[in-house]
Amino acid sequence: MYPRPIPESAVWQRRLYVALVIGILIIWLGPLFAVILTSFRSMQDVMGGNLWGWPTQFGLIENYTAVFTQTPMAQYFLNSLIITIPSVIGVLILSTLAGYVLSRYRFPGNMLVFALFVGGNFLPHQIMMIPVRDLMVRLNLYDTTMALIIFHVAFQTGFATLFMRNFIAALPDELFQAARAEGATPFQTLVHVVIPLVRPALAALAILLFTFIWNDYFWAVVLTISDSVKPVTAGLANLRGEWVSAWNLISAGTIVVAVPPVIMFFLMQKHFIAGLTMGAVKG
Amino acid sequence: MTNLWRRHRWWLTPTLLIMPAAILFAVVILASSVESLWISLHEWDGFGPMRWIGFDNYRELFNDPQFYVSLKNNVIWLVMFMLAPPLGLAIALLVNQKIRGMRFLKSLFFIPLVLASVAVGVVFSWVYTPQFGLLAIIFRFFGATAPAVLSDEHFVTFAVVTAALWPQTAFCMVLYLAGLNNLSEDLIGAGRVDGAKGWNMLRHIVLPQLTQVTFIAIAVTVVGALRSFDIISVMTSGGPFGSSSVLAYQMFEQSIFSYRFGYGAAIASILFVIMAVFIVWYLTRIIRAEERGA
Repeated sequence: MYPRPIPESAVWQRRLYVALVIGILIIWLGPLFAVILTSFRSMQDVMGGNLWGWPTQFGLIENYTAVFTQTPMAQYFLNSLIITIPSVIGVLILSTLAGYVLSRYRFPGNMLVFALFVGGNFLPHQIMMIPVRDLMVRLNLYDTTMALIIFHVAFQTGFATLFMRNFIAALPDELFQAARAEGATPFQTLVHVVIPLVRPALAALAILLFTFIWNDYFWAVVLTISDSVKPVTAGLANLRGEWVSAWNLISAGTIVVAVPPVIMFFLMQKHFIAGLTMGAVKG
Repeated sequence: MTNLWRRHRWWLTPTLLIMPAAILFAVVILASSVESLWISLHEWDGFGPMRWIGFDNYRELFNDPQFYVSLKNNVIWLVMFMLAPPLGLAIALLVNQKIRGMRFLKSLFFIPLVLASVAVGVVFSWVYTPQFGLLAIIFRFFGATAPAVLSDEHFVTFAVVTAALWPQTAFCMVLYLAGLNNLSEDLIGAGRVDGAKGWNMLRHIVLPQLTQVTFIAIAVTVVGALRSFDIISVMTSGGPFGSSSVLAYQMFEQSIFSYRFGYGAAIASILFVIMAVFIVWYLTRIIRAEERGA
């Protein structure tokens, strides 16, 4: 192990080390703490300029209630869920199918198809912005959650297919030979051999995709304008414009946007890290 | 019919299975990207008919001072972002100890990575707020007054990149932690026997084993730098007076706010070419590595 582990016997050294790490962590997360603390403050304190002293009164409940009742945040939040969940499911299905075919069937152009899936991921989003927007306008989907779902499924499928292909390619060959010997059709092989074995990969992928799609901002502002379809990221940017210096409310809104991916991350940390390092080819 | 299906099932099933993904990706992602190159040769407001103007958009672009400001900012992003891999490595080394509670601390270090970049933008806008922000507090502690970094054209890009470095560093840290887990104990042990310590150990024994991770960390960092859009949009909208804009933001502004879709497509195409140079470098490195391995 590097750096050299601090020996178990050096109790004080270990305690000091942890204290040092906590100190650095506090600096590292300082900006976030500032926002969390501000979201507890009352409007009077914020407007009166008391932003760092002891609050004269706490506004925790008021602030978060205000975010959900006086702004469309609840609607944005719901929209984000309506966009993110179907997108994740869609990507998981398409990429499992495509990854299975690319990893288990040799056909002319296999590598090319794979390279296109991978290469497409590196493209700057702006290069497809105008035609995608135009496509959604022509399909009458502009400014609907469907437009975002379609785009996210299409885009994330590239990365997810790479991910699933590599995972399925690493499964032992014997399984597939046995399935063939038993006379299983390709589809039966998929359902009875592949899917039960790729569950961990699907979990890792699902949490990554959830984070990517939930956090998307660019496509939200390109493809939506109404409050009734906008996700939280675009919604938060709106709130900032409206509540210029009501930092207690803006902070509360920021926390609302940030919380779902953070919770997902802590619930499925192992999967998240495994997915990220396995799929680091993405950008 | 069933007979026909049975006889051709061996190739029909895989074809049918890959089709949904392939068609969707080809139409929405690949065809759109190519179409942008085509649109960049036209004048278009997004609604009416397109008018062919050849390379006029590019000619205009190369005479547009804002283009050079954006390009310069893209370079600043790229250069400053290169701090993310070493910083990420430093934090990874810091927390790579097996002590009770360290696992939890480690996961707290990851948090910036899962925050939406919009949230990061708001968090740092608050940090940079004149008089009340964290930066102002720190400056006051030393008896100085913090400049209003987000409204100063000399500081603004650096301030925005600093914000963006926060999640990017966390990303590199995750990659390096995975790399540190796979170090060869034998080599490290041998190094220790030979008396290698600290910096020497890191340079001559640890880093060479992390080449692959470093390569990936640099790759994701370059892509991250060139993709920068969200944070700029939230923190400054490219301002003041376009001084913190980058190609991605300028493109968005020209298309969505000024309805100059042809011109926007031309900017996107330039960004695409820059990214393509990088993608080619990346792919050749990967292919060469595979050949060496084979």
